[in-house]
Amino acid sequence: MTASTAETLLSVEDLKCQFDVSKPFLNRVLEREPKRWLKAVDGVSFSIKKGETFALVGESGCGKSTVARLVVGLYDPTDGHIYFDGKDVHNIKSNAEIQTLRRRFQMIFQDPFASLNPRWRVDRIVAEPIKVFGLMSDEKKIKERVAELLTQVGLSPADGSKWPHEFSGGQRQRICIARALANNPEFLVCDEPTSALDVSVQAQILNLMKDLQDTLGLTYLFISHDLAVVRHMANRVGVMYLGRIVEIADSKTLFEEPKHPYTRMLLATIPDITMSGKEKVIMKGEVPNPITPPPGCTFHPRCPLANERCKREAPALIAVSGGQSVSCHAIEEGRTA
Amino acid sequence: MTNDTQTPLLSVRNLRIEFPTRRGVLVAIDDVSFDISKGEVLGVVGESGAGKSLTGAAIIGLLEPPGRIADGQILLQGEPIHNLPHAQMRKIRGRKIAMIFQDPLTSLNPLFTVGQQIIETILTHKDISEKQARQRAIDLLTEVGIPGPEQRVDHYPHQFSGGMRQRVVIALALCADPELIIADEPTTALDVSVQAQIIALLKKLCKEHQTAVMLVTHDMGVIAEVADRVAVMYAGRLAEIGPVKELVQNPQHPYTKGLMGSIPVLGADIKRLVQIDGSMPRLTSIPKGCAFNPRCKQVFDRCREERPNLIATGKTHAACWLYDNQDKNQDNQGNDQDSQDKREQTA
Ligand SMILES: Nc1ncnc2c1ncn2[C@@H]1O[C@H](COP(=O)(O)OP(=O)(O)OP(=O)(O)O)[C@@H](O)[C@H]1O
Ligand SMILES: Nc1ncnc2c1ncn2[C@@H]1O[C@H](COP(=O)(O)OP(=O)(O)OP(=O)(O)O)[C@@H](O)[C@H]1O
Ligand code: SF4
Ligand code: SF4
Ligand SMILES: [Mg+2]
Ligand SMILES: [Mg+2]
Repeated sequence: MTASTAETLLSVEDLKCQFDVSKPFLNRVLEREPKRWLKAVDGVSFSIKKGETFALVGESGCGKSTVARLVVGLYDPTDGHIYFDGKDVHNIKSNAEIQTLRRRFQMIFQDPFASLNPRWRVDRIVAEPIKVFGLMSDEKKIKERVAELLTQVGLSPADGSKWPHEFSGGQRQRICIARALANNPEFLVCDEPTSALDVSVQAQILNLMKDLQDTLGLTYLFISHDLAVVRHMANRVGVMYLGRIVEIADSKTLFEEPKHPYTRMLLATIPDITMSGKEKVIMKGEVPNPITPPPGCTFHPRCPLANERCKREAPALIAVSGGQSVSCHAIEEGRTA
Repeated sequence: MTNDTQTPLLSVRNLRIEFPTRRGVLVAIDDVSFDISKGEVLGVVGESGAGKSLTGAAIIGLLEPPGRIADGQILLQGEPIHNLPHAQMRKIRGRKIAMIFQDPLTSLNPLFTVGQQIIETILTHKDISEKQARQRAIDLLTEVGIPGPEQRVDHYPHQFSGGMRQRVVIALALCADPELIIADEPTTALDVSVQAQIIALLKKLCKEHQTAVMLVTHDMGVIAEVADRVAVMYAGRLAEIGPVKELVQNPQHPYTKGLMGSIPVLGADIKRLVQIDGSMPRLTSIPKGCAFNPRCKQVFDRCREERPNLIATGKTHAACWLYDNQDKNQDNQGNDQDSQDKREQTA
């Protein structure tokens, strides 16, 4: 793979997104409570090269989906920048240019049941983005394109005349992928695309995604909480905890030489399917309430290496070696191997 | 109690569960048999709709109408329990067989403190004073790893996090010292770090209490960590059953082989995952013969006509015609060459 020399397709810089989770105005006044904010994404930076898969992994609520939604423009960032092909996407003024840009991104969601209109036949669902962007107007051409897309994702053109409920979960995810590919996008944001599927069906979808990447040169932002899936799919991986990236590295490095205490513990939680019988370290505690995150390094209540500094001061993401960056005082101070 | 070592704790014999519908009778569980011994963890895996939950529900007597046991038997310590009147089954539930669901809130009443719920269950099944029951509740909360159990015992379910709630549910399941716990996807809704904690806890407590567990899950990783034996379900039938190590490292049934190959594993740098094409049939269109035959790469004529029963493969038991006539070829490893031979013999 020529990935290392490839150019950057997407980069995000110091992305932040907070949600207002205050009680209603009147309650706030009566109970003398200030406004409350939840920092779902709190200063996230990464970049993705053309043709690569970058994965974000982390436990529920760490902000993965929020990053995905920010990237495709479903949410507006509170702060930070998103560059696509070198252009700051929030600085584009011309409508035509925004349209062109939007066509180049697509998103696939976790729930293939909720994301398909149950009252539309499959061919209409797949054709919709083509019509929205007005790329083709000839009905016959559109029909041909839909047939081509359905074939590409392993369905048959005849499936176009069926309803979504006639398909299994994996087949519905194929329909979602066909729809996402309709306008020849370059970049797909995939938010837990196989989490709702059985493993055997997941294998079909992951294989399909890899094949499509090879044939169409797609770039993926791949979101998952399943570390083994991430290892299988990604070239680079960012590990998130409470809205921040705590470690980022090439997939191989991250899985073979994890540095951050959270990454290490997360890797240890993966059930050992090979039954090698090695002793397990179990992570203590649970992810704290994101509305009132712990001060300093937000991982400190669960971290075996935490000291006084960790309770006061948030660590910065620092490069440790070729492409691996970690945010941890213990690593910076050399307190750990 | 029949404490005969020959009698398994639980015996499911030729279980058949049907759903009468307007368009005919759907057979959701079709001739399923297995045993669980005292203190044993049996993992039950299979894809969505394979019939895992229904099997568990039938054992604990919580099958919801119109679903009904149409045939077969369920024996607890040798005594049939599939045909008991409701009142009698309720006594067994909690006392002898307890249940843990995926969503801890299904097992907890939001209007009562966790202490009240645990104490009530203890008092229903045990002849002790309320004060002793409260102490037992606190001890149990300590055992399942809830910090500050003296205070937490008086808290309501909503005051606990998801992982803590599942710990409370485990305490509730254990409080009458049941012989068997049916745990249906107990960690599926939890974060990975919490999942690992709960699995370790369940494993430790069941060992200490000598409680048998039927662990229903679609996660082979969880099975590999906890189970002693594994049953693989497919389209309402058992495809394969055997000791966990054999089944995970040396699966024999073509479906189990495909299933194991489709799981991404760390450390293995593979470009493509093993893929089983197609999907599990719906209940309305279960094929004749072996239910897996339309997807099986080793299918031969007999598979399309006759349904295979579990056959000893030397390592596990698999419902697959490739293993028929085992006596002719004792060390059949079930690899493709052997299967080829078998196919020629049988065809
Ligand atoms: N629209 C919203 N309003 C308020 N809070 C939100 C909103 N969307 C997300 N959050 C909160 O932001 C945090 C991050 O949520 P997000 O959905 O990005 O997490 P995630 O990593 O995708 O988790 P999961 O694995 O559960 O999908 C969570 O605490 C969530 O409750
Ligand atoms: N009330 C019902 N009426 C008709 N069919 C039903 C009913 N309840 C369950 N079934 C069918 O019985 C089969 C087995 O369901 P069951 O819930 O046992 O599956 P499962 O293996 O637990 O799946 P999952 O992993 O999705 O929980 C499914 O095909 C399901 O559609
Ligand atoms: S900064 Fe401190 S608390 Fe945070 S991960 Fe590093 S050692 Fe642990
Ligand atoms: S019985 Fe036949 S179709 Fe069924 S799994 Fe065995 S070889 Fe395949
Ligand atoms: Mg999410
Ligand atoms: Mg189920």
